Amino acid sequence: MADMQKLLKLLGELDDQLVSCMRCGMCQAVCPIYGQTGREADVARGKIALLEGLAKELVKDPAGVQDKVTRCLLCGSCAANCPSGVKALDIFLKARTILTGYMGLSKVKQAIFRGMLTKPKLFNKLLGVAGMFQGLFTTPVNDIIGSSCSKFLAPVLGDRHLMLLAKTPLHSEVPSLDTPAGKSGLKVAFFPGCLADKIFPRVGHAVLKVLKHHGVGVYMPEGQACCGIPALSSGDRESYDKLVRANLEVFAKGNFDYLVTPCATCTSTMKKIWPMMAEGMSKAEQETIKALSAKIMDVNAFVVDKLGLTAPQAAEGAQTVTVHDPCHLKKSLGVSAQPRTVLSMNTGCKIVEMNASDACCGCGGSFTLQHADISAKIGKQKRDNIAATGAKVVATGCPACMLQISDMLSRSGDRIAVKHPMEIYAESL
Amino acid sequence: MNDALLKDFQALVGKENVMESEADTFSYAYDAAVLDPVVPGLVVRPTTREELGKVVKLCNDNALPITVRGSGTNLSGGTIPSKGGVVILTNALNKIIEINEADLYAVVEPGVITAKFAAEVAARGLFYPPDPGSQAVSTLGGNVAENAGGLRGLKYGVTKDYVMGVNFFDVDGEIVKSGSRTVKCVTGLNLAGLMVGSEGTLGVFETITLKLTPPPLAAKALMAIFDDVNKASETVAAIIAAKIVPATLEFMDNFTIRTVEDFAHAGLPVDAQALLLIEVDGHPGQVADEAEKVEAICKKLGATRIQVAKDAAERNKVWEARRAALSALARVSPTTVLEDATVPRSKIPAMMHALSGIASKYKLTIGTFGHAGDGNLHPTILTDRRNTEEWHRVEAAIDEIFEVALGLGGTLSGEHGIGLAKSKYMEKETSRATILYSRRLKKALDPKGILNPGKIIGE
Repeated sequence: MADMQKLLKLLGELDDQLVSCMRCGMCQAVCPIYGQTGREADVARGKIALLEGLAKELVKDPAGVQDKVTRCLLCGSCAANCPSGVKALDIFLKARTILTGYMGLSKVKQAIFRGMLTKPKLFNKLLGVAGMFQGLFTTPVNDIIGSSCSKFLAPVLGDRHLMLLAKTPLHSEVPSLDTPAGKSGLKVAFFPGCLADKIFPRVGHAVLKVLKHHGVGVYMPEGQACCGIPALSSGDRESYDKLVRANLEVFAKGNFDYLVTPCATCTSTMKKIWPMMAEGMSKAEQETIKALSAKIMDVNAFVVDKLGLTAPQAAEGAQTVTVHDPCHLKKSLGVSAQPRTVLSMNTGCKIVEMNASDACCGCGGSFTLQHADISAKIGKQKRDNIAATGAKVVATGCPACMLQISDMLSRSGDRIAVKHPMEIYAESL
Repeated sequence: MNDALLKDFQALVGKENVMESEADTFSYAYDAAVLDPVVPGLVVRPTTREELGKVVKLCNDNALPITVRGSGTNLSGGTIPSKGGVVILTNALNKIIEINEADLYAVVEPGVITAKFAAEVAARGLFYPPDPGSQAVSTLGGNVAENAGGLRGLKYGVTKDYVMGVNFFDVDGEIVKSGSRTVKCVTGLNLAGLMVGSEGTLGVFETITLKLTPPPLAAKALMAIFDDVNKASETVAAIIAAKIVPATLEFMDNFTIRTVEDFAHAGLPVDAQALLLIEVDGHPGQVADEAEKVEAICKKLGATRIQVAKDAAERNKVWEARRAALSALARVSPTTVLEDATVPRSKIPAMMHALSGIASKYKLTIGTFGHAGDGNLHPTILTDRRNTEEWHRVEAAIDEIFEVALGLGGTLSGEHGIGLAKSKYMEKETSRATILYSRRLKKALDPKGILNPGKIIGE
């Protein structure tokens, strides 16, 4: 679409949202990136001013604006703390698709999103093959965390400590499920998400164990696709739409009360971003999205709010667990008490809170690959806050946060396990 | 900016601390005032005080206009740069150099965030009272340059009451020292006083020495509801007349009350014409005694309901409503113009009356809240700057608000500064001679006119 007039027109459609920013600058207090760089273009106010400047032709450099707009974790801290209620996340996601539409998608991203991610079966196969060979290029470094590092991959991944692809992904062991509601009288659709499928299948298994324990029926169809956020955050609307449609199709066939995921980012994407980005889709698809998004719940919130769990007293000598609040759970969905209740169901654990538990871990999906230095600085603060609690385990309801936190702890040589709250609960069953 | 000069700046502060791309410079073209953006030529972020001095000198040597910027929260355009000028960021100069618990002072760099400083001071069992609305992000350098106020102004004063000294760079990058770490100091001209509220037009701050106090031991908050604005204003006057100085004495008009209630569902009475939020603090005995007296005064002067906070949670609830005021108003319409014309507190009823007249005359929505105890009201105009016709009415209304405030013996700005937005009204409040005197002063100190030109006294 390399057409300036079209770019201006599309940006102009954001105007009603852009204009609601009163430039008070309060987002500076909470933006993790601004906290590291102190640069105005890194904070929401600066990005919004740039988009407005571009729309009004006061700024002539779309590439420069795109570069600034993508320096963002999409953590939503700004939106959650905005006095005038600017929907910064909505603005930034839409702006990314508009700017990518104008600038074009990089070849690498085309190959990843259009060549692999949008083809779930191929994607699974490719990663399955990669999983067989990854051991040749990596060396385990931390047995508590389960992380490895790789000299061979250093040019791409830097000095990251990796969580490897699981030997057996969840979909290989449990290709699909369709069990009736048990004693709870409830049935859920289960969307593990890419990371809980391929890197942390233990999280997926834990969820299934807990659901079974409480007599919850599970519908887990084959052919689930990625929730779409990696494509959308790169501005690839085409791949995003494909992924959303693939998921609509597989879930349309099931009968269930709720759709649960163990991934904060998948939950907030499906619940909030799918409806927000639905305007280009057909009426029927919009209706399906609306109906489905109303059913989507974080799995922690589901087991606490719908199954009515209340945490028992922790046992004598329980081990200490600290909790990281994923941005996409607390700031986006307002879920922060439930993960704590879930892990406290295991009486062998007691919570010790860290400082700034809801500060972003610095992952931000592909942000951590593109801006590794800033991401690691933000992550290091999280690591320091975790380590300061003296806890043996850090729990968080988002596999993406688990990846980043594992990396950060492992790099510092900490012997602190990283777990999903559902895993901790499942261990006690 | 020519390449040689760009290299000079890069040599001084490092390449990574010089920004010249369009996307970077444009993001320093504005502050929180509703004014047009002006794009600087260069943005420089010194990481040491020595670098800061050298940058100032380099700008002066090349006659480049300087606008020093902390967090850019200014509401009068004080941090909007000159076209093609240099923006100097202070946010890398954010060290608290010293907190002296024995002598009750602190020395800070200009880029320290107000709320972080206040928290650090509180952790040592001391108190830094100035609490401007933007304190979560504002810098102490910006607070001093604007003489920022806040909710506690009535009892505790404003930023100027806590500035013991300012060391600053003159245009040649030489350090000028003023003030002292001592309570008393009459050494030399009161240059620190001159720096406070100078909006970056007379020097560039290097370090600031601030006064600290012991914190009050107890506090009590209450909310009084009135069916008449006049009764609320009379209550304010009666509290002061009873020789009680509350730490905070805040006011909200009916429009603000309704908007806050819509937004926060705090249980505010939407039919109330006015609401006072009052907090007394000090020794527990004094607090109990004063709270009782304040309650009696509110009752006597016709408050229809009084709610005394019984504990910290209830106290917090009272203040939540006040804190939500600007947020709630800001959500009503795209553009929020927050004014701060201030009148002697006895003139609040007259000011409120005039404001409602102005709102209907110009067919505008104005919500008013603010610091009733010190006469510093915030009439907040809710508009859409894209609507040109309405925007003209807004400008006319602002003119008239200032006219009225000055007519009542008030001032153009209680705490937001003059900057670009109000410099045209300066002569009305002061005199031609005042402007000329100030300009001569500036000319002598800054012959090339590089220090934040155009602010306060025009050019």
